[in-house]
Amino acid sequence: MAIDAATVRKVARLARIAEPEDRLEPLARELSGIMAWIEQLNEVDTDGVEPMASTEAVTLPLRDDVVTDGGDPEKVLSNAPRRSGDFFVAPKVVE
Amino acid sequence: MSALTSLTLKAALDGLADKSFSSKELTQAHVEAVANARALNAYVLETPERAIAMAEASDARRARGEAGALDGAPLGIKDLFCTEGVRSTACSKILGDFAPTYESTVTANLWREGAVMLGKLNMDEFAMGSSNETSAFGPVINPWRRTGGDAQLTPGGSSGGSATSVAAELCLGATATDTGGSIRQPAAFTGTVGIKPTYGRCSRWGVVAFASSLDQAGPIARTVEDAAILLKAMAGHDPKDSTSLPVETPDFPSFVGRSVKGLRVGVPKEYRVDGMPPEIEALWEQGIAWLKEAGCEIVEVSLPHTKYALPAYYIVAPAEASSNLARYDGMRYGLRVDGANLTETYERTRAEGFGEEVKRRILIGTYVLSAGYYDAYYLKAQKVRRKIADDFDQAWLKVDALLTPTAPSAAFGLGENSDDPVAMYLNDIFTVTVNLAGLPGMSIPAGLDANGLPLGLQLIGKALDEGTLFSLGGALEKAAAFKAKPAKWW
Repeated sequence: MAIDAATVRKVARLARIAEPEDRLEPLARELSGIMAWIEQLNEVDTDGVEPMASTEAVTLPLRDDVVTDGGDPEKVLSNAPRRSGDFFVAPKVVE
Repeated sequence: MSALTSLTLKAALDGLADKSFSSKELTQAHVEAVANARALNAYVLETPERAIAMAEASDARRARGEAGALDGAPLGIKDLFCTEGVRSTACSKILGDFAPTYESTVTANLWREGAVMLGKLNMDEFAMGSSNETSAFGPVINPWRRTGGDAQLTPGGSSGGSATSVAAELCLGATATDTGGSIRQPAAFTGTVGIKPTYGRCSRWGVVAFASSLDQAGPIARTVEDAAILLKAMAGHDPKDSTSLPVETPDFPSFVGRSVKGLRVGVPKEYRVDGMPPEIEALWEQGIAWLKEAGCEIVEVSLPHTKYALPAYYIVAPAEASSNLARYDGMRYGLRVDGANLTETYERTRAEGFGEEVKRRILIGTYVLSAGYYDAYYLKAQKVRRKIADDFDQAWLKVDALLTPTAPSAAFGLGENSDDPVAMYLNDIFTVTVNLAGLPGMSIPAGLDANGLPLGLQLIGKALDEGTLFSLGGALEKAAAFKAKPAKWW
């Protein structure tokens, strides 16, 4: 299915990536090309096939619900682009 | 001390054990080789002081009789692995100068065995690429050149820095990762050995995530035995990765050199693709002949859904990537580009921080997971993935392993495939099935093409049967007697 510029704009918004208007058409062509190539999957009869999300048959293990790590704000904040005391600084979201 | 950098890992470990040289001497020789090879752009961060300090500590341990399995051996680490206090970027601008406050389990396992870190190796951004051209640090250059030519060739990707550093003798072995072929294709392009183990064999903890159901770490090395030594140290169950398999790690090196007589090796007819260079076809036939001579029984098998593996992969991997890479929000680490509000800050940070291929894959992943398309694309791809895994299960009823070419071509020139994303994706046509099914796969250098460039053969094994691959790989290596090295021009 062909992807148009409006779809690229919507998907880029969902992905939180700013794409300038003049990139939308070229991206739409590129992504349409890739998706057209992917369409060949429709040749495969997958009726009744269980989707495969993992190659492992085992169920996810549970560990004891105990604290194993933490209590070190310096480590957590050491790569913060902006911090104030023991907090990350983010743009204001509530007026 | 150039002779020290030419040793195999095994020979270097033997030399350290019998005190022929110290780790400090061995490491110093490598530090110098790395500093003299910057034209290859293999390392994005050199850590010479740390390397020498680790080497001195190793020599002290050895003097006390406490040497580990890799004690004193200088290695290169792909920049996808988090290394405590040492910049780890996945070769993306968005991680900036990120310095992890923790160590990945795989690298911690290597240091536990006494290995020495020379630095961090270049790669495609977030491991998305087959030519190393998507790295924010620029492409790695393959030490190999076409006979009589001086065109710059790709070492493959995404583990291009790992492959180049092993081929150009800038480390004794390297860590790498493989989501669709990123260990095996670069190994084939550089005349080195690379193995992607069974999914779950190596912990993914502390490895920057690309596509979590496919990502797996493994080594690139000069010989099959070296790869076995490295994988034994890297692997092992890790409670910090819930997909890490709770199984014992076999003594992989003990499988190298074992007889392969009586093993049944399958040749999948669907891997004879249109347009495959005759030299690769011929090398494959040669590999079949070598294994026959070694006593294997060759069986033609069918993997009917092979051609659907790549399109299925280009749904599954971008879908998982779009989810994994949502964490790069500019708030907690890495790059932040301020906008007028929170959403704009996210959007500008991610627009500036991610490269074009990464953005392309995030957009595809977001698209196939979005409302209205999930069933048509994502669920469909997961069902095709099951069919691909079932094909292998059928094959295992008849054979113990499979033999195929590793890649559909030899190393190509930088820029040759970068205009058409699908053409670039086709590099992984022989390797990606293994990731979808979670199986181990190994590339072994087997010959040179007419231009003097290395070509690899791939062995595929049953889940958790790396041992058989090491035995078969050892037999192929012995028969191929691949001794060619790139002429030093850098």
